[in-house]
Amino acid sequence: MKTILQTNAVTKSYTVDNVTINAVNEVSLEIKAGEFVAIVGPSGSGKTTMLAMLAGLLSPTRGNIVIDGQDLAAMKEARLTRFRRQKIGFTFQANNLVPYLSALENVELMLRLNGRFDRAGRQRAKDLLAQLGLGERLKNLTSQLSGGQQQRVAIARALIHNPQIVLADEPTASLDTERAYQVVGTFAGLIQSQNLAGIMVTHDLRMTRYVDKIIQMRDGQINKIIDTRQAILDFADARN
Amino acid sequence: MYIEQPLPKQRASKRLTLAPSLAPGLPIPFFLAFKELWRYRGRYLLISLVIALITTLVLFIGGLAEGLGAGNKEYLDKLNADVVLYQANVDLSIPSSRIDRSRVNNVRRVEGVKDVGTISFSNATIPLGGNAAPLKVSLIGIEPGKPGEPPAFEGETLKGKRDRAAIIDKNTALRTGLQVGDVFNIKSIQGTEEKLHPLTVAGITDGRQYSIQPSVFVPYQTWEDIKPKSVVDNGPETPIFNLMAVQLDNPRDFEAMAARLENQVSEVEAVDRKTAYESTPGYSAQQSTLNTQRFFTLLIGVLVVGGFFQIQTLQKVAQVGMLKAIGTSNLSVAIAFLLQIIAITILGVLIGGAGTLLLALSFPATVPIVFTPESVATAIAALVLIGPLGGLVSVRILTKVEPLTALGLAS
Ligand SMILES: Nc1ncnc2c1ncn2[C@@H]1O[C@H](COP(=O)(O)OP(=O)(O)OP(=O)(O)O)[C@@H](O)[C@H]1O
Ligand SMILES: [Mg+2]
Repeated sequence: MKTILQTNAVTKSYTVDNVTINAVNEVSLEIKAGEFVAIVGPSGSGKTTMLAMLAGLLSPTRGNIVIDGQDLAAMKEARLTRFRRQKIGFTFQANNLVPYLSALENVELMLRLNGRFDRAGRQRAKDLLAQLGLGERLKNLTSQLSGGQQQRVAIARALIHNPQIVLADEPTASLDTERAYQVVGTFAGLIQSQNLAGIMVTHDLRMTRYVDKIIQMRDGQINKIIDTRQAILDFADARN
Repeated sequence: MYIEQPLPKQRASKRLTLAPSLAPGLPIPFFLAFKELWRYRGRYLLISLVIALITTLVLFIGGLAEGLGAGNKEYLDKLNADVVLYQANVDLSIPSSRIDRSRVNNVRRVEGVKDVGTISFSNATIPLGGNAAPLKVSLIGIEPGKPGEPPAFEGETLKGKRDRAAIIDKNTALRTGLQVGDVFNIKSIQGTEEKLHPLTVAGITDGRQYSIQPSVFVPYQTWEDIKPKSVVDNGPETPIFNLMAVQLDNPRDFEAMAARLENQVSEVEAVDRKTAYESTPGYSAQQSTLNTQRFFTLLIGVLVVGGFFQIQTLQKVAQVGMLKAIGTSNLSVAIAFLLQIIAITILGVLIGGAGTLLLALSFPATVPIVFTPESVATAIAALVLIGPLGGLVSVRILTKVEPLTALGLAS
């Protein structure tokens, strides 16, 4: 399998009042196409910081990040923006959707941003939403969708433009258990079928049952990597 | 894989009906800007209406400035002369300026002077029939055929120096209903008695108000005879005038000729027409008052519109951060915003302009509101700038939003 994302000793330090802390400390990891990875760890362990760097939203203090053969550090602001809209799909914990657009338009937005919107694209967006159980909600505004429905719209938006990487920040934070399983399960299926690299930051360790690799962080460092099927299921089930 | 799924057949017709809303070529800033405008159209229409009201106010203040200004300046502005001569050291006060015949003759002999005419100002009334209040007019004595006499757009200009004939300006004609050939009375107090002086309308000229009054132009000798005066006499030995209207051989020579006239003719001050009307009592004060009002109305517009959009923008920070995170460029975000604010402003100015036009059409001709193309164009240009100026702070806020906020982080 092709490596899509690679980090080499990535570090992010913050200095506040002359005290320097490493929010992320010398993290090296590699994610291949079709691989779905969960980043877990206690609060303050550096998960969000790591995700922000992988997204090209935050530049590392040291080390480098290579996505699809391109070093993010070498890219200027405008180039990074273009890179994000072409190569990355996002779901966020909150404020995922544009409130004045319908569910369908929110998904299509990724195609419009990339100047690739056409009838075939609209059809694909509809099919994808239908696959996520939102076939009847295409015209609903954000305010007319439940939290779980919004997350699923965001997942459709993260996938519609055929990105290389999908980054999901706490995708189940606002969902009940059953919905959460459903959303992450569908997400995992789509990532695998599209052969993407998927990265999910989550507090809900039960959700890790769908991933191929669990990266456990502590104090900015990788504490443990779990990557065998049985160990993953054991890890997830231990939290049930 | 879901993308490869064949499209179901029955969708074909439905897809066609959706086509208009697809707008695939629409650049992203337009798409976002107009989707948002349309979704919150009630809110945005409200701010358009505020701009419409401001537009109406600004246009009316401008119209009033023109209209009231015209009352002061019309005659002097349209004067068929290149130089206006006053008596020296009277601060360009027309009633104080007194010029005698010998100086008129001296002016005529100055090289480069093509022609010169005298102008004398006074006030009188025209009694109107029935209970109507008499019309106050500026009674202006001129020399037939000389600079200072207005053109007659209907009827004829004045002929004899002593003829009991008059050219009335459009404002006099509108308010009295007089036509060429009609006879009317000028009432003036001479000594202690009210006297009526019948005059025939020889011609009608365009708007030539002076001193915020409609004008009646009569030959100089007639003027001397019928103007109000404290003592009844047969006129002074040497007639006295207020101004001289001077035409030059070469009008471009104003500077040099003004200096030459002041040099060669004793006790005169030479100015151009603009300086002349700007020096009439109250003109500059009135115009600057109205300009100040107009400026503050525009400023209020900028602040109100700016404040509204700033509140809107601050509410959108999280959403804008998300848009930037998923790959919307700063430029697109800024352009979308500017498009919105420009569209809202233009809509408001259009509504306000149309409203002003309708209102103005319903006004009687005597209301001193005048819309000239230049003044309206300047006002519109200033009004259209309200939005973008008011939006500057919001643009700054928008471009400063970091995409990192989408992840709940800030650098
Ligand atoms: N802008 C910043 N300035 C200073 N310190 C920061 C900044 N951003 C993050 N940190 C610190 O970096 C560390 C990692 O933060 P991060 O948000 O990545 O943790 P997390 O694993 O996402 O935690 P949580 O599970 O609570 O979301 C924390 O100690 C945090 O206080
Ligand atoms: Mg976090």
